[in-house]
Amino acid sequence: MAEITIVQAVNDALKEEMTRDDDVVVLGEDVGVNGGVFRCTADLHEMFGDDRVIDTPLSESGIIGAAIGMSLYGLKAVPEIQFSDFIWPAFDQITSELAKFRYRSGGQFTCPVVIRTPYGGGIRGGHYHSQSPEVYFTHTSGLVVVVPSDAYDAKGLLKAAIRSPDPVLFLEPKKIYRAPKMEVPDDDYVVEIGKAAVRREGTDFTITAYGAMVEVAMAACEKAAEKGWNGEVLDLRTLVPLDEESLIASVTKTGRLVTLQEAPKFCGFSSELSAIVAEKAIDVMEAPIKRVAGFDTPFPYTLEHVYMPHADRVLNAITEVMTY
Amino acid sequence: MTDVLQVLSEQGDIDNSLIPDLTEERMVELYRQMLTVRQLDTRMLNLQRQGRIGFYGTCKGQEAATVGSGAAVGPDDWVFPALREGGVLLLRGFDLDKYTAQLVGCALDPTHGRQMPCHFSSAEHNYVSLSSVIGTQINQAMGVGWAMKIKGDKNVCLGYMGDGATSSTDFHAALTFAAVHKVPTVFVCQNNQFAISVPFSKQTASNGIAIKAHAYGMPGVAVDGNDVLAVYKATQDAVARARAGDGPTLIEAITYRIEGHSSSDDASRYRDDAEVEMWKKRDPIERFRRYLTAAGLVDDSVVEEIATKVKNDVDAAIKAAEASPMPSVETIFTDVYAEMPAHLREQRDQTLNESGGGENEGAFPL
Repeated sequence: MAEITIVQAVNDALKEEMTRDDDVVVLGEDVGVNGGVFRCTADLHEMFGDDRVIDTPLSESGIIGAAIGMSLYGLKAVPEIQFSDFIWPAFDQITSELAKFRYRSGGQFTCPVVIRTPYGGGIRGGHYHSQSPEVYFTHTSGLVVVVPSDAYDAKGLLKAAIRSPDPVLFLEPKKIYRAPKMEVPDDDYVVEIGKAAVRREGTDFTITAYGAMVEVAMAACEKAAEKGWNGEVLDLRTLVPLDEESLIASVTKTGRLVTLQEAPKFCGFSSELSAIVAEKAIDVMEAPIKRVAGFDTPFPYTLEHVYMPHADRVLNAITEVMTY
Repeated sequence: MTDVLQVLSEQGDIDNSLIPDLTEERMVELYRQMLTVRQLDTRMLNLQRQGRIGFYGTCKGQEAATVGSGAAVGPDDWVFPALREGGVLLLRGFDLDKYTAQLVGCALDPTHGRQMPCHFSSAEHNYVSLSSVIGTQINQAMGVGWAMKIKGDKNVCLGYMGDGATSSTDFHAALTFAAVHKVPTVFVCQNNQFAISVPFSKQTASNGIAIKAHAYGMPGVAVDGNDVLAVYKATQDAVARARAGDGPTLIEAITYRIEGHSSSDDASRYRDDAEVEMWKKRDPIERFRRYLTAAGLVDDSVVEEIATKVKNDVDAAIKAAEASPMPSVETIFTDVYAEMPAHLREQRDQTLNESGGGENEGAFPL
């Protein structure tokens, strides 16, 4: 067991998978000699060489297009998009090409690319280094969307993604890239894609969260506990395919739901969670569902601490559902 | 304009110093394939007019550019088509029944009628499924070529596009990446002078497409796209370079789209009949027939025999496709992921249980 950060977990996962499988290649901007702007691909170039750790020209559409071609031909391409805010030039290649190859070719062609990209606020990055773009991709049939919330999951889920036959968008919460550290086994392990995790067991209300919002949910539950309310935190881990069973099981137990995301509220992933609960479990609900989210504004620079959901804002929502 | 490679003059006279390395049988085969493409175009456009298929985009006038380039790669090489390169798939041995099945969108279609006509796909023939979004395949063709290089294979990849695609960001990225990393991809632009209604003069102020290659750091070759032997030769040379590890080439095949962009397009709205008539006189099939006849490779009776066989084969393939039922409703939900996730199973089950659901009968409703 070693105590490591998410950055180290990602780096370890890449090293292990590249050692295990010669077909795994990493490509992107500054991922080679420089080791990535967040150091997630550190040492890889030295270990695996020019052909497998590739500094590309600066074009996201080119990076993903190349990765698709490589994977069609049998490589396992793991491109990095430096910030998820820069992913839009590749949006067409991801949503309309990568995600659709299996379907449109009748299963003849597959391209199980794993796109790694840091997302989210909290690093003083301003609008173009802070967004949470997940719903643009969760709305896309054919893509798997994964968001780890700690180092153990980051390593296990990334290894599972690299071994997956489907294309995966792997969103890395950069706010918690380097802290906290966590003990992670040295042995080979994977975390199954499509399974949520209960991070805190509770009976009075459920909070759904993913990525950097999980620790906010945990902090809010500590505050709620002071008021005598015992919350359950469901870390979704995979957004598509969603672990609907765990969501329904949790709200069936608690009867109250607060959803938490840092992305804008309107048509956010939490809206889908709310709709699923309304369709399938409205009869167990004892209070209206409350969504805590980023605002429906662009992401601000100076006031990001106000924009980003924090424990006190979540506590307000908890109070509303508990006192309804 | 850079020099334009031509092997056969418009009258069908050959420049013997440029004659490519093709057997007599192969030449006649290329002629037969060009004729098959023409016959498919004629029949399918009629079927579309009768409401029997939903859409069609012809290759008419561009058969030499399609068949000549496609003939210059081998079975282990890969092909990324654009809209008008279905003939390359036939050249690679694809079953004509499956070809018409894709156009009809029936159960015989290996892609289960999921895409509109002319979007063929065959892994067995390394002929990659295309989308309708212009230019995307150029990057992917670069990626496949790159993978060939990384794996140390001696294969090459052909990436097709029209003149409109050369304005896309994907064109720029693909040629940039391919040249930097010496990728064995040959980019073939069929410059048919129009992107739907927009003429080449409004597509770019560049003096042709081939010249663009130089700034990317690769050779650019302009070729008479209505001369099947010239297109073959240019592609063969580029393929040889790529295979030898010398990197990509951009080929511009200068040709003309005789019909509208597709069955949905009325080209008389934006171009002169006189221009169309001028290009009809440069017909690539007729030009090649003149050469084959003059060279003694075919005579009138052989030409007639080939035409009859092609017509009968296409008729039989259309009949087979139209006799096939629609794809099963289940196929809406398969192949989205490797395994069907729970939410898709739920939607599938619900759909299969709907009244009025299940197998549809009757004509294609478009």
